[in-house]
Amino acid sequence: MPTTLTAFADVTTSDSALRRFLHGLPGVDAVGLEARAASLGTRSIKTTAKAYAIDLAISMIDLTTLEGADTPGKVRALSAKAVNPDPTDRTTPMTAAVCVYPDMVATAKAALNGADVKIASVATAFPAGRAALPVKLADTRDAVAAGADEIDMVIDRGAFLAGRYLETYELIRTIKEACVREDGSAARLKVIFETGELSTYDNIRRASWIGMLAGADFIKTSTGKVGVNATPANTLLMLEAVRDFRAQTGIQIGVKPAGGIRTTKDAIKFLVLVNETVGEDWLSNHWFRFGASSLLNDLLMQRQKLSTGRYSGPDYVTVD
Amino acid sequence: MASVFEYAPAPESRSVVDIAPSYGLFIDGEFTDAADGKVFKTVSPSSEEVLAEVAQAGAADVDRAVKAARRAFEKWSALPGSERAKYLFRIARIIQERSRELAVLETLDNGKPIRETRDADLPLVAAHFFYYAGWADKLGHAGYGADPRPLGVAGQVIPWNFPLLMLAWKIAPALAAGNTVVLKPAETTPLSALFFADICRQAGLPKGVVNIIPGYGDAGAELVAHPDVNKVAFTGSTAVGKAIARQIAGTDKKVTLELGGKGANIVFDDAPIDQAVEGIVNGIFFNQGQVCCAGSRLLVQESIHDELLDSLKRRLSTLRLGDPLDKNTDIGAINSADQLARITALAETGEAEGAERWSPACELPSSGYWFAPTLFTNVTQAHTVARDEIFGPVLSVLTFRTPDEAVAKANNSQYGLSAGIWTEKGSRILAVANQLRAGVVWANTFNKFDPTSPFGGYKESGFGREGGRHGLEGYLDV
Repeated sequence: MPTTLTAFADVTTSDSALRRFLHGLPGVDAVGLEARAASLGTRSIKTTAKAYAIDLAISMIDLTTLEGADTPGKVRALSAKAVNPDPTDRTTPMTAAVCVYPDMVATAKAALNGADVKIASVATAFPAGRAALPVKLADTRDAVAAGADEIDMVIDRGAFLAGRYLETYELIRTIKEACVREDGSAARLKVIFETGELSTYDNIRRASWIGMLAGADFIKTSTGKVGVNATPANTLLMLEAVRDFRAQTGIQIGVKPAGGIRTTKDAIKFLVLVNETVGEDWLSNHWFRFGASSLLNDLLMQRQKLSTGRYSGPDYVTVD
Repeated sequence: MASVFEYAPAPESRSVVDIAPSYGLFIDGEFTDAADGKVFKTVSPSSEEVLAEVAQAGAADVDRAVKAARRAFEKWSALPGSERAKYLFRIARIIQERSRELAVLETLDNGKPIRETRDADLPLVAAHFFYYAGWADKLGHAGYGADPRPLGVAGQVIPWNFPLLMLAWKIAPALAAGNTVVLKPAETTPLSALFFADICRQAGLPKGVVNIIPGYGDAGAELVAHPDVNKVAFTGSTAVGKAIARQIAGTDKKVTLELGGKGANIVFDDAPIDQAVEGIVNGIFFNQGQVCCAGSRLLVQESIHDELLDSLKRRLSTLRLGDPLDKNTDIGAINSADQLARITALAETGEAEGAERWSPACELPSSGYWFAPTLFTNVTQAHTVARDEIFGPVLSVLTFRTPDEAVAKANNSQYGLSAGIWTEKGSRILAVANQLRAGVVWANTFNKFDPTSPFGGYKESGFGREGGRHGLEGYLDV
């Protein structure tokens, strides 16, 4: 399989070349996109399929705390939950990662104590991204140095909306370089578009292509800090983008919807989108993640329901 | 379909519908046997299981039904519109309340997936009755004079592809305008109409206002020819439509015909490709392509032909064919052995004439009537599969170079029922739509229906409009 970006080499040589390319992408019909997402939302996932989907969803969660009030205690509790989501059932899979602010990475690393749960850190002046480049770079390097396995950066929505696409592209490239560790390995880079601020589906498709061309390992919908976060429609659109990108370059890129996914029912709808849009190659936590916090407990309650036949209620899952 | 995420069977329960072993004709508010005692069996196309035995109407029964409708007409048409509206609103509400039962019934009798009966057929059926209920006391404002009069007895013959929806399209405007009706459902799908008869009783509809007479083509012909029928409404094949037109020539019967189609779905190079692919799939594989307005001819701009076909084939590979009662089924069964034979023969003709045939890997159930979703590429206007209505899940793909050529090819058909335009350019939508000789033109969507929107054909697709304000005209003496 070709794994090359050479076909797109001239696309990023100038602002105007990039603009021509992005505006030459097929448009998105909003009504049709939302109708398709809604129609896949009517799939009925029962019994064995539901059990599979619940475990898969748990294993795809980036268990997140991104509050001004985060303390080491909160992060330690979150990390313990990530490793051992359901103390009553040790067969429950671990979450994919914990997701914290850069200054909490060291705390999370100590708390996880080598468990197979990744540490994701937001960076680049999350969530607004309104800081100078040196600040964003320092933010990123700090998180990587503290032991982050993954960096969740935000794009400069201001630059994007002002039409400065190349600047948006260059920022991602620069942060990607800052993800490289001293030993030459690199943290995986997730690029957050804040789709709620980009507002149109055409913008989301263009931003997805900027991210993929610039070397994102994941493209991610949102910070969870604005009114509209992950939706089935914007996630479907981004799945179509990574599908098309792999078809043209051979490079596979992950997708992470984040924010607003709170129930098992919602999570399963997203997994159906993955299954029927990009297929089984993306059905693992290396290629698909949920940015969520309260989702996990709902998944655990549904998991208990499947294994015991009874709803146990919120007092039978841990509140952290 | 990804094998690691295999959807477990999710069948809708059959227990919500209670199908009796036998049904009579519904005449004058009562279920009765046929005069000659004839019956026929209706089977479930997905399993060939016999669902029920149904009385088969003959000439004497048609006459009895028309007489009952005539007797009921005087009082029914004299009711204030607001009173007729009450009955129609009541029927609409009962349909909503019984929608799950009716959806399962329709899926069993017709073979279409429960996803469609649940999400498309039944909501549209209820919406149609609600919509025309609203017109019943406003006929003076419909643009046909201050006090337009009904025609009398309407003889209605409907097809098997949307049994209950076609019934709604026929009965709702007829009753709203003050007519009484005799309706003959198709012989392969009589059950939902008979359940509708029960709903009429439940709603307290006066006797004789609605009469349902299941039967074959001979009963339909008797109904059309009956001298006391004032209005004939038919949805079905063009061949039968022509026969009806000949039959009623020289009479004063008013007629509307909604016949075949070979809809062109035109995809320009600036189309929203992913949504266009969905629209193409919905256009031809909705209801297994057994839709008169199906987008059975894909006209794609040559410059994006390969790219679009790749996307389309990938998408078709994810279609789920199987048990129509499974909530995850996209493609159900073909309605009858006869229809399956016709589709099979036409597809073979396509191959014989040199078109390239493609279907996704797709296992067909061992019993029942099934046909895999099929594409024909390298099709030209000269191919039979580009000209004849197949009425099955078979898409013919043709190319064009310019908008003018697209319009010329789209219009180069004996039919003119539907068309679709896919482009991000608004001005092109308007320009092309104005040149298309089709009753319905969809822009960046396909197979969307709404009771407020008139539906009908040009050329051999028929005449008269159903739905919307226009749909009243066919049932008023104007």
